[in-house]
Amino acid sequence: MTTTTSGTAKVTTPADNQILITREFNAPKHLVWKAYTTPELVKRWWAGENGTVTSATIDLRPGGTWRYVMDAGGRDVIFRGEYREVVAPDRLVNTEVYEGIPDPDEHAGLVTVTLTEKDGRTIMEMLCEYRDRTDRDAVIESGMEGGMQTSMDALEKVAVSLA
Amino acid sequence: MSEATTAHSRVDVFPYGYMIAGMARAATTTDAFNAVAEPRRRQILDLLAQGERPVNDLVALLGLAQPQVSKHLRVLREVDLVRVRDEGRQRMYRLNAGPLKPLHDWLSRYEASWNKRFDLMDEVLEELKETEKDDDNDH
Repeated sequence: MTTTTSGTAKVTTPADNQILITREFNAPKHLVWKAYTTPELVKRWWAGENGTVTSATIDLRPGGTWRYVMDAGGRDVIFRGEYREVVAPDRLVNTEVYEGIPDPDEHAGLVTVTLTEKDGRTIMEMLCEYRDRTDRDAVIESGMEGGMQTSMDALEKVAVSLA
Repeated sequence: MSEATTAHSRVDVFPYGYMIAGMARAATTTDAFNAVAEPRRRQILDLLAQGERPVNDLVALLGLAQPQVSKHLRVLREVDLVRVRDEGRQRMYRLNAGPLKPLHDWLSRYEASWNKRFDLMDEVLEELKETEKDDDNDH
C-alpha cells in the first residue's frame, strides 16, 4: 500500500505573486534531487502528459543555465533559466523563463525548491515567485501548458473533421 | 494540533485563502471572494474548518471584541460561507465551503498538471531506489 503512491501535489498561493507547490515522495531526498536535476531523468517526467521532452540541458552550479524543450503536439515549448543557489540535496534556486511569450526575460519567475527528508520520505516545496499578480495568474491559467495542449488537440479534431 | 491537521485534509478550503486577492480579477461572482479577502475573516474560516464553534470561542481565539467578530460573521453568513444554529443559549457557527469552489477549480487544472509530472517522477524514483539497493548488495 505504501510503495509507490506518494500523494498528490498541493497548490497554494501564500502571497498574490506566489505559487507554492508541495508534494511528498516516497524516496530519500538525495534521490529526489537526482531525479530533479539529472537531464536524462528530467526527460522522463517534466512534460507530464503534455508532450515529450526532446532536450534537457542542466549546468548545475550558481550562474549555470538550464533549458528544457518539450514537443507538445508538434509545437516546441521551451523553458530555460539560470541557477542562483545550488545546495545539494536540500535547496535549489533558479530563474524560470517561458520562451513562448513576448519579452520572456522580463517575466522571469524565481523558483525555490526545498527538500526535507523524514523517515525515508521527502517533502518537496516549490515556491514560484513572479513579478506581480498578473504574471502569477497567467502561469496558473496556462495550466503549465496543459490547457494549451488541450486546445491544440481540440483544434486538430476540428481540422480533421473539416478535411 | 492534530485536530487542525485532520480538519484541513477533511475541509480543503483554507489553502486557497491567500489567493483571494488574486481572484478578484478573474471572478465572475465576487461576493464570496471579497468576503474572504479580509484576513480576519480568513482566520475565522480557518478556525471553523476545524469544526463547529460557538461565537465565544471565536472571540477568545481571535482576540477581538465580540462586536467585531459578529460583524465579520455577518459578512460571511451573507455569502453563505458560514452557517449558524442555536444550541441552547449558544449560537454555533460552522463552515460552508461550497461558495469557494470556483476558487478551487481555478487552481485545480494547474495542480493536475503538476500531479501528472510528479506521478512520473514517482516511477523514476522507484527505479532509483531499486538501483541503489542492487548497488548495496554488490558491495
